[in-house]
Amino acid sequence: MIRFLIKGLFRDKSRSRLPIIVVAIGVMLTVFLHAYITGFMGDTIEMNARFSNGHVKVMTRAYAENMDQNPNDLALLDVQNLKIELQQLFPDMRWAERIQFGGLVDVPDEEGNTRAQGPAIGLGLDLLSPDTKEIQRLNLEGSLVRGNLPARPGEVLASDIFSQRLGIKPGDPITLIGSTMEGGLSIHNFIVAGTLSFGVEVMDRGTVIADIEDVRLALDMYDAAGEVIGFFPDGFYDDHLAKKVSGVFNSIYDAEAGEFMPVMKSLSEQGTMGTYVQLAKVWSWYITLVFVIAMSLVLWNAGLLGGLRRYGEIGVRLAMGEEKGHVYRSMIWESVFVGLVGSLLGTTLGLTIAAYIQVHGIDISGMMEGASLMMPSEIRTRITPMDYYIGFFPGLLSTVTGTMLAGIGIYKRQTARLFKELEA
Amino acid sequence: MEIIRIKNLTKRFPMGKGEFTALRDINLEFGTGEFAGLIGPSGSGKTTLLNIVGSLDVPSEGEVFVLGKSIGNLSSREAAQLRKKNMGFIFQSYNLLQVHTVFENVEFPLLLLKYNATERKKMVMDALEWVGLTDKEKSKPPQLSGGECQRVAIARAMVKRPSLVLADEPTANLDAKNSHHILQTMEKLNRELKTTFLFATHDDKVINYLHRKIYLLDGRVDNEEIVEHSQIIQS
Repeated sequence: MIRFLIKGLFRDKSRSRLPIIVVAIGVMLTVFLHAYITGFMGDTIEMNARFSNGHVKVMTRAYAENMDQNPNDLALLDVQNLKIELQQLFPDMRWAERIQFGGLVDVPDEEGNTRAQGPAIGLGLDLLSPDTKEIQRLNLEGSLVRGNLPARPGEVLASDIFSQRLGIKPGDPITLIGSTMEGGLSIHNFIVAGTLSFGVEVMDRGTVIADIEDVRLALDMYDAAGEVIGFFPDGFYDDHLAKKVSGVFNSIYDAEAGEFMPVMKSLSEQGTMGTYVQLAKVWSWYITLVFVIAMSLVLWNAGLLGGLRRYGEIGVRLAMGEEKGHVYRSMIWESVFVGLVGSLLGTTLGLTIAAYIQVHGIDISGMMEGASLMMPSEIRTRITPMDYYIGFFPGLLSTVTGTMLAGIGIYKRQTARLFKELEA
Repeated sequence: MEIIRIKNLTKRFPMGKGEFTALRDINLEFGTGEFAGLIGPSGSGKTTLLNIVGSLDVPSEGEVFVLGKSIGNLSSREAAQLRKKNMGFIFQSYNLLQVHTVFENVEFPLLLLKYNATERKKMVMDALEWVGLTDKEKSKPPQLSGGECQRVAIARAMVKRPSLVLADEPTANLDAKNSHHILQTMEKLNRELKTTFLFATHDDKVINYLHRKIYLLDGRVDNEEIVEHSQIIQS
């Protein structure tokens, strides 16, 4: 009997192949969309984390209160010891010192007179230590457009768009005019080692990246840093964990000890990032939920129609003496098979497409021109464990539920009524 | 031996706020090996009566006994058992399972009765031989003519050698030549296997073959006629 039913299932394409294709497409869309939303929302958070916020950030309490202005006069001192303490407290996390600063970049001609000038956002980070992770973290090597990464002190990187505007190329000297930690005038010469395209409109407009020791020298910030940022080892932001880590740190560094005592803030506690993290979480759930419900309804209906379409066949089987319960159970098993195969197929397809876009990305830089938010100019999906099972909700559950509802008709209708439908 | 006994049968269907009476006070009996028909125009109640006898529907009043079992008192499972073991159905539009072969269509009732593969093979081939379709066992219904499809349906109804075969307008979709062929096959099976055949029809071709004719009009038995064997041969 089972062989008979399986034969029927495989031979009747509208009973097997078509529903499997419908389920697979629905599941594929669900899986891909979930990975896409997670990736898009997560990319923006990670981009901000890598360039600016870290997963957690340690600053002085005074610096934290004016964080938007990057007040280096309120920077952390004795940073090397602080880093050692952080490493001991949270050995799994990666820590990096950063100095963010603003200044004017002056480009001299052959005679030393100003040829071009432009305001720049400066970022001092560890570029020259042999074990630095910053180059990899900010994908500086991949972002290099011209020249090389700094190999020795005194070399800087500039954003490619910015360098073109100022007419500078690798090997050209530039002068950074800014203010020291104590508020004095700072003038420091650098050589442009290479130019970068960050893929982030805000940064491409005018950023200069220098080794943190050079920046310390230029801004008189010996053993100081505006901030020490921490990253989770898996490279992904976890708000719950970040708040836990900052809670532990802040309980050790008592608030009453003074405004220059360090304080740790999670990414979501920095500026408007909290709202974005919340928004990302809510929207991600909301869009996924709406889509899962929509797909569930589609596949539910497909299951329902598939069941209704077979009333004729069911009528014949009942006439032959097959029991209603047996017919109903065989319909359910068939829909379990269709739902399972369709879900597996759809999940595989969805994950394959998502994996491709996770690696290669989709370029949306054309849409990001003029953007003032730090958002990625490439959309990448992000595959999470949820993507491996989320498609089974619409794929399996809805298909089976639809068939179960359609099958209830077998019980509710009188056999003679089924026959009338069969004859029709 | 008595196969069917119908006592004071009335069947009503809900219609709008009221009820429509399809059958009124029917009293009939059918024995083993009868070749009988319910004859009447559309709406006379012949299909309703056939459905009740086939345990596909239940009486509103009165009693219908098929092989000693009261149809009105059977559970859904008991009714299915009765159909599975003792009844065969032949429909106007054949209702073969389109994706299965001729062999598989005929084999289906035997699968429900849990016969083993060897028994099934023999019984199916016997049934196909009765209807002259042994060479078509691997064909599928869409590859067959209407007459061949109906012969497959007859083989399917007869394969388990039921006590009773119910045929609702079995020749309605067939031409005269095929109709006669089908009816001759059924008559032969009735004669050889002593299976009781009960038809619902208004087709003269079928009526001419019947040994017992029950005329229904507006849900009542209007007339009944027993035909002598010699008359049938003459006809």
